[in-house]
Amino acid sequence: MKFGVIVFPGSNCDTDCYFALRDVIGVKVDYIWHTNQVSKDYDCLLLPGGFSYGDYLRPGIIARFSSVMRSVIEFARSGGLVLGICNGFQILLEAGLLPGAMLQNRSLRFICKYVHLKVENKNTPFTRFDKSILRIPIAHKQGNYFIDPDGLKRLRDNQQIVFRYCTPEGAVTEEANPNGAVDNIAGIINEQGNVLGMMPHPERASEAILGSTDGRLIFESICNFLQPTLAGET
Amino acid sequence: MFRVKVFVSLKADVMDPQGQTIGNALHTLGFNDVREVKVGKYFVLLIDSNDKKKVEEEVIKISKDLLSNPVIEDFTYVIEPDSKSDKGAN
Repeated sequence: MKFGVIVFPGSNCDTDCYFALRDVIGVKVDYIWHTNQVSKDYDCLLLPGGFSYGDYLRPGIIARFSSVMRSVIEFARSGGLVLGICNGFQILLEAGLLPGAMLQNRSLRFICKYVHLKVENKNTPFTRFDKSILRIPIAHKQGNYFIDPDGLKRLRDNQQIVFRYCTPEGAVTEEANPNGAVDNIAGIINEQGNVLGMMPHPERASEAILGSTDGRLIFESICNFLQPTLAGET
Repeated sequence: MFRVKVFVSLKADVMDPQGQTIGNALHTLGFNDVREVKVGKYFVLLIDSNDKKKVEEEVIKISKDLLSNPVIEDFTYVIEPDSKSDKGAN
């Protein structure tokens, strides 16, 4: 099982993702620099958080046209698992791998805090665990997810909404919405079910010393999903 | 040579918290007749061409593919001949 963490100029959660995967979960992982291409032997690609290309023009837009993204898009279209976290989510939106767009937070502030997430769809490679409310931090200024009413209906009909901001008890309320996102959306998956984008940072909640280990569940879920395939191959 | 101005702003039905905040500040300053403020981006492109029609096609593509995000933003543009730059080039 091999993971790849894509590194753009301005990515700043790449090392955290790499550490969580290699040292906490214990899987093979490589950094993939933005000028390179993704080789066929990866099982899952991570697009980490940060400020790729300084967020110039719009978060994610310049990264979307970088050379590595051509192979990421190809990898995703052929069914490979892709997880975009924060800026990684913004890049997936700009690349058209996920629907919708990000607006500035309703408060116009950069928000960095723990939030609670209701897991709305457990039938994905990323959410194969029992827990239904996760505590994972967010850190962004452009995480106010927007999609038009037709698009929202499609997301709902296809069960593409995976995480929604909620209270510690799991109630999805306006007060629990940190940034103004449509329908409290914190994470969505594509129709094929192999590309997930989320604003919260699971890599920052992977060890008890960090205050939560709920993020680890997502990485472990990916491994559990991939394991049978690998066992079949060897 | 053409000087092209592209204006990108949020669509009418997309919340613009920055515009709202500026609108509130204007009301505080007494500009009570200001109904709405929309914040956007302004680009100036110098395009080396003599063919205005081709420039226009290119500007629409540039604006759709890169300068704006069609999910949340609209754009408008103005294309003007730029004789100053032409002289400079000669």
